[in-house]
Amino acid sequence: MNKPMRASAETLLFKTLADPTRRALFERLSREGELTVGALTRRAGVSQPAVSQHLEALRQAGLVRNRREGRTAHYRVTPRGLAPLTNWLALYSVFWRQRFDQLEKLLKEMDQ
Amino acid sequence: MTDTGASTQSIVEERLMPHPPEKVWRALTQPALIAQWLMQNDFKPEVGHRFTFRAKPQPGWTGVTNCEVKIVEPLRRLVYTWGDGTESDSGLQTVVTWTLAPEAGGTRVRMEQSGFRPQDEAAYRGASYGWRRLVAELQRVAAELP
Repeated sequence: MNKPMRASAETLLFKTLADPTRRALFERLSREGELTVGALTRRAGVSQPAVSQHLEALRQAGLVRNRREGRTAHYRVTPRGLAPLTNWLALYSVFWRQRFDQLEKLLKEMDQ
Repeated sequence: MTDTGASTQSIVEERLMPHPPEKVWRALTQPALIAQWLMQNDFKPEVGHRFTFRAKPQPGWTGVTNCEVKIVEPLRRLVYTWGDGTESDSGLQTVVTWTLAPEAGGTRVRMEQSGFRPQDEAAYRGASYGWRRLVAELQRVAAELP
């Protein structure tokens, strides 16, 4: 159904994000912008070498990129990293169901 | 989900709401009310009016949805474009159509979002590995979506 290249890009993304520690690192970078390996390690609950390894996996999957300043590595999220996983039909189905719930709640409140 | 043409798909959500069409119409067309159930916006019920919905930015999406009002038939039908292709990496461009029909006991409220291309849902096909783990995450993201 999919072209082989596309399927393997997806598989790599899924495999990469299936690891909870890695996913937590990715989410933090999504929320907080650019961070150093040191800053990421402080709240990761694993050692710095482990964090570096996870970051390298995220980098190879195209989810983050890094730059070096002297001995310090800075990481940030790649804007297009998650694009192959965006299933808009699935996302919007959930979205509208939730918004309809909120609309019904609002209409009830407008009575009062 | 239903097919609407050879190559695009749409999402339909439809409910009978125990309120008169006048009231539902207000919730669909007054910016302060829209903000309470849908998103922050600068909507005006005028054909040709360009407006935006705003949410929290996500990786791969700016948090902004650019829209334009296409049809306004008070108490009956409201159509606006949803996304102009510039907001996200995938270039999503869809149309949202609201239809209100009075019924015994209230108003039948129907929303159809049309214009999804095959690639807009292609992501999970062929990726049988581990996608279920991401569904919870998907729902979390969806709550803050476009």
